[in-house]
Amino acid sequence: MISKERKFWIYEIMNKIRYFELKALRLFEENKLRGSVHLYAGEEAVAAAVCSQLTDDDYITSTHRGHGHCIAKGAELDKAMAELMGKETGYCKGRSGSMHIADFTKGNLGANAIVGGGIPIATGAALAAKLQKNDKVAVSFFGDGASNEGTFHESLNLAAVWKLPIIFVCENNGFGISVPVAQSTSVENISDRAVGYGIPGVTVDGNDVFAVYEAFETAVKRAKAGDGPTLIECKTYRTLGHWTGDPQTYRDKKDVEMWRDTKDPIQLFKKRLVDAGDFTAAELDEVEEAAKVEADAAAEFAINSPNPDPADVMDDVFYEA
Amino acid sequence: MSKKTYATAIRDVIAEEMRRDENVFVMGEDIELLGGIFGCTRDLYKEFGTDRIRNTPISEAAMVGAGVGAACAGMRPIVELMYMDFTLVAADQIINQAAKTRYIFGGKAKIPLVIRGQQGIGRGNAATHSQSLETIFMHFPGIKVACPSNAADAAGLLRTAIRDDNPVMFFEHKALYASKFEVPDDPDFCIPFGKAEIKRTGKDVTIVGSLLYVSRALEAAAELEKIGIDAEVIDPRTMVPFDMDTIIESVKKTGKLVVVHEAHKVAGWGAEVVSEVVDGAFKYLDAAPIHLGAKACPLPFNIELENAVVPSVQQIVEAAKKVCYR
Repeated sequence: MISKERKFWIYEIMNKIRYFELKALRLFEENKLRGSVHLYAGEEAVAAAVCSQLTDDDYITSTHRGHGHCIAKGAELDKAMAELMGKETGYCKGRSGSMHIADFTKGNLGANAIVGGGIPIATGAALAAKLQKNDKVAVSFFGDGASNEGTFHESLNLAAVWKLPIIFVCENNGFGISVPVAQSTSVENISDRAVGYGIPGVTVDGNDVFAVYEAFETAVKRAKAGDGPTLIECKTYRTLGHWTGDPQTYRDKKDVEMWRDTKDPIQLFKKRLVDAGDFTAAELDEVEEAAKVEADAAAEFAINSPNPDPADVMDDVFYEA
Repeated sequence: MSKKTYATAIRDVIAEEMRRDENVFVMGEDIELLGGIFGCTRDLYKEFGTDRIRNTPISEAAMVGAGVGAACAGMRPIVELMYMDFTLVAADQIINQAAKTRYIFGGKAKIPLVIRGQQGIGRGNAATHSQSLETIFMHFPGIKVACPSNAADAAGLLRTAIRDDNPVMFFEHKALYASKFEVPDDPDFCIPFGKAEIKRTGKDVTIVGSLLYVSRALEAAAELEKIGIDAEVIDPRTMVPFDMDTIIESVKKTGKLVVVHEAHKVAGWGAEVVSEVVDGAFKYLDAAPIHLGAKACPLPFNIELENAVVPSVQQIVEAAKKVCYR
């Protein structure tokens, strides 16, 4: 059972992510934003349902498609957008851009532009939690493509052997850039790979908040009980291109429209909330409007923020006491 | 002072730092009951338990990555790689993650991580277990690189590395583990990074070498003394940060430079030293500097072939004579 407050939080976060992404896309198209920008629209249920069960003390590592995880783990839209625009006011003072946003004060150990690069790092954070004997858990978000990287397999084995408090959350959005999963991946369900490491593996509908929530809830209980990791595969779909300039020649437009129009995670969740009588459609529309306003304000903040000073470019290569 | 082997000095510092700070722990292959194949963690599991002296699967990328993650979460991990050749298996986690994390996160991360292990010739380990790789890690901003040439330096530099809040690559040399040296007993004995040591003062030629090539440079200096050439021998001790000033000052005095390392000569760190010396002391140079390093050939198994690939003491002597026009 998800509490009413938590349902509201999840809905709010999903909308913040969606309108942040659409705003980022608009800014990119207007040449106000450059670099590699990978949008999360259509996959919001995963980040929101997972992070609704974490505190600021719990850890996540994220991916090149990391804005959603970052926002769900507590990032403020204005600082995140400022980072996308490379501004001094951004989370990483313009050093990172879209693909490496981190906020250690919220337990976000960073998006990671190397596919599979964050999986061992989350595993190490879980090891620290175990050694420090606290109640923290770590979550590693990664995609279907990362499940073919060595770090995925090494980390699952390591976390299983050491019974670490970590949940591996695979967002299977159907494609590694242009390559369909069936062409790159030897199993039908990526969660089947859990068997090879002696841990539970479960596949859920990644566009269904409730399904993701319940699977994650079970996994967190197992992690906190000291029983070790779980692999959760969330089957979802990226409704925008791999990156903002993706010509998308590798997939049928009808598929994209089908997912966008009939399986949108925000609309599905909204319907469930209204049908259950948790909130009225009007109440939820207000949330959506507020998210739009917040995303617009974040863009304004980012546009009006100063660029970092090139004189400071060598700062922070090393920690200096 | 206590006379210790290089391996024991390393082991003792690990133990002392683990007693001092409960966040320090070690993970690596075969480090528990076996104590590491070179004995650098021998018996430590008895005092600290297998949570803190922790055997890993043979998964170098996961070990190093877990070190990065644990460091981000407040621990001070030491990751032992059995052979530093295996850094190449974990290269992404070292180069793209450990080295860059602090910078790309706008200075908000601290990564107090030590990656240590041995490298080099001397045990017939052949091409994939005998390389000298310190040079390649100097190329990537964000990691410090230490190369101790004796037990005292191993102790003082390792303690500094463990207490540093940055990732440190700590390159030991397999042929030095059994060598003995007087090591200070002070449990806070630290050697600062970026301070070269003048191992022998001389006025005629500056010879720069590290790791195994410190003793070889000193042997060459003894040979040169017999023919009246007074060599100054400098051990940089850390490659990042690198104390170029001490070398440039020495060359201003001697006017001649020989740099020698076991790493391959092509694009090896000796070339950087020559470049910096030409930049900083050109008008003091009496001869073109000479850079010696391993031939552009994988390290072969056969001992005579192995010795044929790396610079010999005699080659150092000949190079010094050449820059001295002798």
